[in-house]
Amino acid sequence: MSDILLEMKNIQKFFPGVHALDNANIEVRYGEVHALVGENGAGKSTLMKVLNGIYKKDGGQIIYKGEEIELSSPLDAQKRGIGMIHQELNLMPHLTVAENIFIGKEPMAGGVFLDQKKANQAAKELLTSMHLDIEPTRRIKTLTVAKQQMVEIAKALNNNSELFVMDEPTSPLTDTEIEELFRFIRSLRAAGRGIIYISHRLEELWRISDRITVMRDGQYVGTVNTAEVNRQDIISMMVGRVIYEEPKQKSCVSADAPVVLEAKDLVAPNVKNVSFQLRQGEILGFAGLVGAGRTETMRALFGADPRVKGEIFVNGQKVEIHSPSDAVKHGIGYLSEDRKTFGVATGLSVRDNCVMADLPNYRKGPLMNDKMIDAVTTDYIQKISIKTPSLRQLVRNLSGGNQQKIVIAKWLIKRCNVLIFDEPTRGIDVGAKSEIYKLMNKLIEEGKSIIMISSEMPELLRMSDRIVVMSEGAITGELDICNATQTNIMTFATMNM
Amino acid sequence: MTTKKFDLTKFLAPMVLVILYGFFSIFGNRFFSTDYLINILDGSYYIGFMAIGVTFVIITGGIDLSLGTTMMCAALIGGMAYNSWHWPMGWCLALVLVVATLIGLLNGIMIAFLNLPPFIATLGTQMMGMGFGAIVTKVQTMRYPTFGTADGWFKNFFYKTTTGFPVGAIWLAAFFLVAFVLLNKTRFGRYTYAIGSNTEAARLSGIKTKPWLAAVYTFCGFCCGAAGVFYAAVYTSIIPSTGNGQELLGIAGVVIGGTSMSGGTGTLVGTIIGVFVMSVLKQGLMSMGLQSHWQTFFTGLVVIGAVLLDQYRVKQGNKVIH
Repeated sequence: MSDILLEMKNIQKFFPGVHALDNANIEVRYGEVHALVGENGAGKSTLMKVLNGIYKKDGGQIIYKGEEIELSSPLDAQKRGIGMIHQELNLMPHLTVAENIFIGKEPMAGGVFLDQKKANQAAKELLTSMHLDIEPTRRIKTLTVAKQQMVEIAKALNNNSELFVMDEPTSPLTDTEIEELFRFIRSLRAAGRGIIYISHRLEELWRISDRITVMRDGQYVGTVNTAEVNRQDIISMMVGRVIYEEPKQKSCVSADAPVVLEAKDLVAPNVKNVSFQLRQGEILGFAGLVGAGRTETMRALFGADPRVKGEIFVNGQKVEIHSPSDAVKHGIGYLSEDRKTFGVATGLSVRDNCVMADLPNYRKGPLMNDKMIDAVTTDYIQKISIKTPSLRQLVRNLSGGNQQKIVIAKWLIKRCNVLIFDEPTRGIDVGAKSEIYKLMNKLIEEGKSIIMISSEMPELLRMSDRIVVMSEGAITGELDICNATQTNIMTFATMNM
Repeated sequence: MTTKKFDLTKFLAPMVLVILYGFFSIFGNRFFSTDYLINILDGSYYIGFMAIGVTFVIITGGIDLSLGTTMMCAALIGGMAYNSWHWPMGWCLALVLVVATLIGLLNGIMIAFLNLPPFIATLGTQMMGMGFGAIVTKVQTMRYPTFGTADGWFKNFFYKTTTGFPVGAIWLAAFFLVAFVLLNKTRFGRYTYAIGSNTEAARLSGIKTKPWLAAVYTFCGFCCGAAGVFYAAVYTSIIPSTGNGQELLGIAGVVIGGTSMSGGTGTLVGTIIGVFVMSVLKQGLMSMGLQSHWQTFFTGLVVIGAVLLDQYRVKQGNKVIH
């Protein structure tokens, strides 16, 4: 028996007007964690959808366990032992754990009736064998995301899957949960199963993967042994050019720059007496683990969530901020972590989104002044290089990076001087990331000030002038950029725990 | 970590029913009597059948606005077969079921395979059904046989026996049991919940969601047919171009019973309680000498109250336990 579990060779896929996959390849061995990386739109998801039978390939070969196969549907792929762990978890939240694990192959009693007892029993055994303490009768929606993911893996295991495809499994997880997941992936590997692991978080690859396949623009770039390459190598393979991701050496803000925003003793749920100052022209990084209270702090500051107590000063003046509209009035703009829900109205056009926060200034009597709106939108599309075919393009048809820029444009048009970026590059590919970075630096040059919450260490170290570290709702440390290292940030981030 | 706490919210709907019954027993005029109990049962048959059917639909996250007119259309065509085409009674009743099931199938095909939003598809069949019934009967009222006439057995069989026993209640109870088993103990029921909870996840789990969804609407159509048979048995005359508005009673019953309009959850026990809450309200207000518009007013109030209650319940149920 060969040690190759899956080989996808020269896969071709055409969509109307797009050559989505052009000679895509991947090869997975038994007992291997094989990372698949590439920018957004590089074709990873498309390739995996071909593997899962959702898309039909237009050319090339899939060789699975030594024989060439054609996949007709997700069910077909499942039956052959290819298990998908989707990015958006594919569970039925109202059903129980056992019902989810056995969906589509319910144990029956007497041909017509479901044998729920048997299903619960079998689910319990399966979960115990995975060292998971989850009651099979619990409803999925009452479980944490990490547990839900485990249930999804259990479901795939129950289908006797030999090949697991995990699409961005760690993005919703906390660090301890990620560790647990990795332990579990390693045990799958030890059991001789193959895992295809897709992730945007490059630093994870060295913790979990054996080999890495890189894709770009629908094409295969290459496969390397993880141990033999570094982050820079992978990034240059992904973008086809070398991007230097050097940390900032020293702060660009002079010590006597005026304080534009100050928070004193903010108290809110998961926010404990948080005080900090933001100076003009500064990028203030907020580091911490997921759940450290960074987003809660900013939402309390912005008036999006009620504060128990705390004072806010803008340009030295005490201000009353009790709702987002108060905050905006004082020139504070918030770019939420979840763009789709809070940042942009995806069903509206580029121009409508850009002026949304500042409509009263773009009217002629009771009517909208379309000319003015078009003019200002055009101006900002050029200024921050938003890639859109027209002003009237719906925002939902733009890429994540461009959607993010539209939120930025919205706050700039509203003349905000303080911008709060909450995970500005989450879910954005490497190329678009560096554009967002460039844009942030440009904003600083124009005299704006930025607070940036980020869970990506390299991003914090590269962009910030100063880094505030939070843990368990409180500030545990403040580091000037010249003193900041990943190690001392982590030390502060795990304090109080 | 299994904390089995006494869940008060589960018992709220039955409690409302008991409290209402108690209230009218005290303040109504001879409400606590066999006569009123039988009235409560009689008025709930056809609504009960519709509500059972539409419970499945609402659990899938859909809606069926054609319940009332499907029931009337089927009953009209069955009556036409009896009065004008002189079919035997048994065949006529079967025709009622078939017509309604076919309308349900039409809903199912449009929603599952042609991807029409359920609201639109069933709004269309609601109007089509109402029109079609009137067209077939040439806008004539259809009369079903009455007690003691040639085919009067049908009333004794479905409505009440010659001794006055409300046999319809037995039918409703039996049908409820069958539907209960269908929803809770078979694949059909499990997939009904699965589709309502997350259609895409169900599809990716290898479930053929489209035929199952079509089957749910077809089943609902069948239930409307059964409702038509009992409507005919209790009320005898079927008037063309009526029936719209009745679907709202069926849906109200489901909603009072705690089934969420967003799909994925819901119980038949809740539905049947919801149906009886409306029925008790109706008869109770009547026993206090209040007209039927009072009933409409209070049913509306109960629907809103029930949904507020449901929101609270969902909030409790969604708490993530670590």
